[in-house]
Amino acid sequence: MLTDENRIFTNLYGRHDWGLKGAKSRGQWSGTKALINKGRDWITDEVKASGLRGRGGAGFPTGLKWSFMPKVSDGRPHYLLVNADESEPGTCKDREILRHDPHLLIEGCLLAARGMDANLAFIYVRGEFMRERQRLEAAVEQAYEAKLIGKNNIHGWDLDIIVHHGAGAYICGEETAMMESIEGKKGQPRLKPPFPAGIGIYGNPTTVNNVESIASVPEILRRGGSWFAGLGRENNTGTKLFCVSGHVNNPSTFEEEMGIPFNEMIEKHCGGIRGGWDNLLAVIPGGSSVPCVKGELIQNAIMDFDGLQAVGSSLGTAAVIVMDNSTDIIKAIWRLSAFYKHESCGQCTPCREGTGWMMRVMERMVEGRAQKREIDMLFDVTKQIEGHTICALGDAAAWPIQGLIKNFRHVIEERIDNYTYNSDKDGAVPSIAAE
Amino acid sequence: MANIKVDGKLIEVPDHFTLMQAAEAAGAEIPRFCYHERLSVAGNCRMCLVEVKGGPPKPQASCAMGVKDLRPAPDGSPPEMFTNTPMVKKAREGVMEFLLINHPLDCPICDQGGECDLQDQAVAFGLDGSRFSENKRAVEDKYLGPLIKTQMSRCIHCTRCVRFTTEIAGVSELGLLGRGEDAQITPYIERALGSELSGNVIDLCPVGALTSKPYEFNARPWELVKTESIDVMDALGSAIRLDSRGKEIMRIVPLLNEDINEEWISDKTRFIWDGLKSQRLDRSYVKKGNKLVEASWDEALNTVARKVKKAGNKVGAIAGDLAGVEEMYALKLLLNGLGSGHTDCRPPMSAIDPGIDRGAYIFNPTIAGIEEADVILIIGANPRIEASMLNARIRKAWRSKDLPIAVVGEKADLTYDYQHLGDDVETLKALATGSHKFNKILKKAKKPIIIVGENAVSHASESKKTGRDILGMALMIANNSGAFSENWNGLGLLHNAASRVGGLDIGFVPHDNGVCSADQIKLAAKGELDVLFLLGADEYDMSAMGESFVVYIGSHGDAGAHRADVILPAAAYTEKSATYVNTEGRVQRTNRAIFPPGEAKEDWAIIRALSEKVGVILDFDNLAQLRAVLYQDYPHLAQVNTILAGDIGKMKKKAKIAAKTKNVKFTSAVKNYYLTNPIARASKVMGQCLQAADARNNNSKQAEQVK
Repeated sequence: MLTDENRIFTNLYGRHDWGLKGAKSRGQWSGTKALINKGRDWITDEVKASGLRGRGGAGFPTGLKWSFMPKVSDGRPHYLLVNADESEPGTCKDREILRHDPHLLIEGCLLAARGMDANLAFIYVRGEFMRERQRLEAAVEQAYEAKLIGKNNIHGWDLDIIVHHGAGAYICGEETAMMESIEGKKGQPRLKPPFPAGIGIYGNPTTVNNVESIASVPEILRRGGSWFAGLGRENNTGTKLFCVSGHVNNPSTFEEEMGIPFNEMIEKHCGGIRGGWDNLLAVIPGGSSVPCVKGELIQNAIMDFDGLQAVGSSLGTAAVIVMDNSTDIIKAIWRLSAFYKHESCGQCTPCREGTGWMMRVMERMVEGRAQKREIDMLFDVTKQIEGHTICALGDAAAWPIQGLIKNFRHVIEERIDNYTYNSDKDGAVPSIAAE
Repeated sequence: MANIKVDGKLIEVPDHFTLMQAAEAAGAEIPRFCYHERLSVAGNCRMCLVEVKGGPPKPQASCAMGVKDLRPAPDGSPPEMFTNTPMVKKAREGVMEFLLINHPLDCPICDQGGECDLQDQAVAFGLDGSRFSENKRAVEDKYLGPLIKTQMSRCIHCTRCVRFTTEIAGVSELGLLGRGEDAQITPYIERALGSELSGNVIDLCPVGALTSKPYEFNARPWELVKTESIDVMDALGSAIRLDSRGKEIMRIVPLLNEDINEEWISDKTRFIWDGLKSQRLDRSYVKKGNKLVEASWDEALNTVARKVKKAGNKVGAIAGDLAGVEEMYALKLLLNGLGSGHTDCRPPMSAIDPGIDRGAYIFNPTIAGIEEADVILIIGANPRIEASMLNARIRKAWRSKDLPIAVVGEKADLTYDYQHLGDDVETLKALATGSHKFNKILKKAKKPIIIVGENAVSHASESKKTGRDILGMALMIANNSGAFSENWNGLGLLHNAASRVGGLDIGFVPHDNGVCSADQIKLAAKGELDVLFLLGADEYDMSAMGESFVVYIGSHGDAGAHRADVILPAAAYTEKSATYVNTEGRVQRTNRAIFPPGEAKEDWAIIRALSEKVGVILDFDNLAQLRAVLYQDYPHLAQVNTILAGDIGKMKKKAKIAAKTKNVKFTSAVKNYYLTNPIARASKVMGQCLQAADARNNNSKQAEQVK
């Protein structure tokens, strides 16, 4: 249970001033120079000690990532790239930071840049975030004016921030596609290796971090890594922004300690499940790309990386999508398939061809217009995509369907049976095989 | 060097090798679609997935991952990769299935059938059936000009064509638009591709999405007889394969020759074959009254013999752009026997003189040597249309490093950036005297290349002195910039005709009081040259030959045949074994794929038969005997695929700046890429290309006007 003094995001709901004055009144930009003066290694070590894991979904330890940057520059500049292309369905945490607490992010950029010897930071804002970008740009402007960032600023570490506006493609949230997009090219993921820390934007070493990760850094450094590590469980430390949507009484975004049990979280922040706990069907606990978990299984699950892995899912971006018994779960997952089909960049074969195939099979399964053997076939197709693509979009498209088949196979079978039994009724058309 | 285990077999490979190269070195086959060794790595088809130990625990694209990207095992043993495990098999089957679900099942009506990567690999690595029961995707076909037929539903999005056009051909006119399953390869603007290398995308396309339009539904690969030969459309002699069926050439495709064309050929080389079937001279003609009438060989040869006997030594001979060494040699012997030295194989008023040295008329640095160059100066040439493959090599060199290139001559789009220094002799003079600012860059160079276009030293409307002076200045620039050193000869004459260097090699130039081609025509006009032989020569002023008796020996009814008094039908380059020496001085031979049409005969045999009639009997009865005599006189011609190097000392002596040279402007010898020789002019496809190119130019002009 997170106490108020341990909160990092103190203006999550925009009740206070988002600007520099308000930010300073909430303790931001205090003692930043002293932190910078402690040097690169101290910053990296402190973030490592905090146990902060990337908040963008994959959960890679942030401090470790920073340490991959070249220790001594070979003449190429280092870049920090902040991923504010928050497009994962269900996720709405970064936008709250961008519009209500932008200085937290800017200060984080400065400290993180010091931690990787970078003098230039890009913030790639999602295309649809018009107002958020304007707010962020205004905040960056304030920071420049107050000489908090920029050349010869009061902190003694030069940092320029470029706010880059995307055009609204989900795939541009993938770190290498984002770099392509920033370079002015079509947003298609690059092959890895080489990794961004070696060859990133314009061929220069680049570290890509999520907005929430970077925004957490100032508080971690101010209070010490051990403070952050003291929250949550081992390997799953600190606080996290959860975005709960769907069939709860009060859908909301809130900051909570890692490792809070699911039912406690729902009761405390969301006013319980709509229609009570018996009405809970399934939960997608980490944004659209993770497998769904059955209601009875998730109730006592621990909301952190390891805890959700134990129930066959993943924390992802901590975007919890709650579905009660009124949900057509097949249709819900079909909708996600349609999303991934629409957002596939078309570069590599399994994802380009597979996402459309999966969506169309799912489309038939929504009606029940399918064969039962096609369930196994569909599962096999998801396995043929997973792990065979250039980027993780293929995996993200495959997992929701795998979760559906693992947990709700009986629902699909019932639907097929129901369709078959009524196949002589109006509107029932047998599937026609293509050539 | 790095150690790696491939399927349990330990091998040592260079550090920069990819897993795919390592697998190949170890003898393991890896299927692929998007990977092509001369293009950048895309890694998007996913067909080359392999299993690795010491890397991520999922299948890896072997075309994109380097052996150095893998870590050794904890115990220090080298990293491992597997190409035959169940994981790899499953991955290949999966990718193959995905590629096929939206691929139309139209192999029976697809021109790629029988030489289709998708077909072959589906058999080798795919499953036996499809589980896909949805509707297949259909994609609208695109217009890419008269050469490339598109069937975009077949496209597997490997992007080879996109990478080829942007990287090698240097035109950014193809791209992948849209995303996901709606992504499609498209020319952004619906018009013909603006590249003279566009035909290569047909070979590159692993499926039947891009096929040859002229070859559409013509033949299947397994019914074609394949003959390896060389091309004569330009002076490079690209390696080609003639695919014939019966007595027809069905198509021409490139062969690998790292020294010249790598594995590409230009559009003219590839699509010329329909010109071999039209406008052919397939029997003899004799002019009676004012009309050419069909005649027997005997009648035609007797008519010529009568005239020649009467003419004494007032006989001349001009060899055209496509003549082989053998026939030129035979013709030279015939004329010498008649006591005439009037032979020439050069364009009018050319200063190219085999008397200086071989080095002064060949492309000394060699085409492959372009990649070593550190500065290139192009004088009076447009290599893109005069020698497309050479231009592609310059672009390759330019892409791989910081290579300064400068042009004195026409300002044209050469597909790479260059400094345009000027277009006249004054600019050249400034360079020769060292007063030009580009001299600084030339001075610093260790391996400069000075490319001199054929037209730079051949000015039809000027005196020969102009050409000679320009050649002298070019040699001067080469000499001053260190192009003549112990291991580097950077002066390159860029010829436009396949016959040229061979003719110069055997001295098919004026000798023993003979005069050059332009002067022969002048003599003919004055009535002082009674018989003029045109050995496939069509690029001269036919109206200026006066009352002279013109004998045309050639394959196509073009300008020369129209002027002729007697036509002796000969073989085209696909119908004879002939020696050609390319602009580098490399000796090469064509091979006969089919027989000449009708009564046409090989050129040397015609001349041999004529020699009998005129009483100057040539001392050979077959090609082997002819060659034996030829090689006695010119031993280097026996060394196929080698280059007899030029003598730098002799070249240096001719380096000089004349006191006064007329300030002429340099232009390219090729006015129209698609119509450079009689075969091209007879080709309908080349005509279509010309139309498409004109439409393109007009459109872009209109677009500019709108702007």
